[in-house]
Amino acid sequence: MVLGMTSTQTLPEHKGYGYGDLRGLMSLMTGDEKHTAAATSTLDVVWVLYDRILDVTPETVDDPARDRFYLSKGHGPMAYYATLAAKGFIPVDWLADWASYESPLGHHPDRNLVPGVEISSGSLGHGLPLAVGTALGLRAQGMGSRIVVLVGDAELDEGSNHEAVELAGALGLEGLTVVVVDNRSSTHNRPGRIERRFATEGWSAAVVDGRNHAELELALKQRTPGRPSVVVAQVEEKF
Amino acid sequence: MSRDPRRTFARTAATLVDEDLSVALVYAEISGQFFGDVERRHPERVINVGIREQLLVSTGAGLALTGMRPIVHTFASFLVERAFEQIKLDFNHQDVGGVLVGSGGSFDISGGGRTHQAPGDVALIDTLPGWNVHVPGHADEVEQLVRLAVSGSGRDYVRVVGQQNRTAFPVTPGRFRPVLAGSRGTVLAVGPMLDPVLEAVAGLDVSVLYASTVRPFDGRGLRAALNRPDVVVVEPYLAGTSARLVNDALADLPHRVLSLGVRNEELRRYGSPADHIAAHGLDAAGLRRSISGFLAESADFAPVA
Repeated sequence: MVLGMTSTQTLPEHKGYGYGDLRGLMSLMTGDEKHTAAATSTLDVVWVLYDRILDVTPETVDDPARDRFYLSKGHGPMAYYATLAAKGFIPVDWLADWASYESPLGHHPDRNLVPGVEISSGSLGHGLPLAVGTALGLRAQGMGSRIVVLVGDAELDEGSNHEAVELAGALGLEGLTVVVVDNRSSTHNRPGRIERRFATEGWSAAVVDGRNHAELELALKQRTPGRPSVVVAQVEEKF
Repeated sequence: MSRDPRRTFARTAATLVDEDLSVALVYAEISGQFFGDVERRHPERVINVGIREQLLVSTGAGLALTGMRPIVHTFASFLVERAFEQIKLDFNHQDVGGVLVGSGGSFDISGGGRTHQAPGDVALIDTLPGWNVHVPGHADEVEQLVRLAVSGSGRDYVRVVGQQNRTAFPVTPGRFRPVLAGSRGTVLAVGPMLDPVLEAVAGLDVSVLYASTVRPFDGRGLRAALNRPDVVVVEPYLAGTSARLVNDALADLPHRVLSLGVRNEELRRYGSPADHIAAHGLDAAGLRRSISGFLAESADFAPVA
């Protein structure tokens, strides 16, 4: 695991915040050092995406050819907001009064209120179907941009996702990557189901330690021509 | 006989995909028999998602997030009712535009029963802000309104049904069209209800307005057309859908409104569309009974002013 990298080593261009600062940024929202499991389960995936994978910066949030990140599992967005603040998409001083009436930062993100937020989420099962449309739109316009969607393992209970998994596989949407943050919170879950189901639909699938930045980076950079990809990021079980 | 409205939609959509690289057509099996050629020409922008209606609507919105203009089509029952949350969140809440085209309406598929009938589609769309709602009454109006909707950037719902009027009118976006001038009340006929309304009011001395676009609702035009504050609305979907907007337009005026349309009770009958039109009192004879009764009540309770 890559921990405690100092900001001057990794992000001199982004106001000096690094991975080691995320928990401090999150504590601005929680008021203490405790975080909900939902927020924390996504922390490493979101950080690795913005730090090492996605070609998007605060300056390119409106560039049609930017890479996109859709946080479909919109609840517990503190790690997301902390990462956006660390990377300069939003001011750090937005964090402290989040979810207040005046704040653009809610318990579910709104793309119309927060720079860099690509979709408004909260209701489960919308991000991946939206991403299928976006992947088709990018492909139709000849743009090689990536579209990465983060879903939770329990979110995959929603049937709309399976409509999307089937079509994306059938059409070979290689620009599309799904990261499933798997904290085994799905009721009626079966071990190994997620990667098998995606693979059955023609996706390339990998299972990694969702806390290991090197594993996440490797899996997220791995692409198979003509296929969408899924990375199952296993984290500690919820509760 | 004039052209078939649904085929006209399909041909218009194909032409728009041909003409404009930013237009995409997304459908879910339904009407696929009309889309084969354009799908072969533009496989990147004509997408059949299969029998997956939640995905249908979300795919349209996801295309819009990349700056494209999606046309999203299936039967109204599956487009608006089955995938309603996708419309609410993926179009409205994301704040992207698109053109939803629902066919079948209230009872085109009369023999199919309730599963394929969507008289509540416009009422459902009305729970969301900012949708333009088009109810063409003729195949030529289908072509005009689909072109108009696709050329814009907003959220448009186009309701394409089999029933149509003998004559098309040039569309006048945002404006109701005066068709008849009388003195005993005003009848607003929406889309394919115009012909039965005109037949029903023969000799009744009422004004008739025609609407092929009902949202935005031309309250000012309605107000300007009033000879007296008695209004009958005849809509080819759930009765009363536009009553709120009529009342808003006449809020400062004592007035009466009769809302005619598809009744809310489930009919549980098959048969032809004409059977259903008659059963809901939307044929000329039924409309004449309802409108005459309403006008007679008005004579009993003469306006104070």
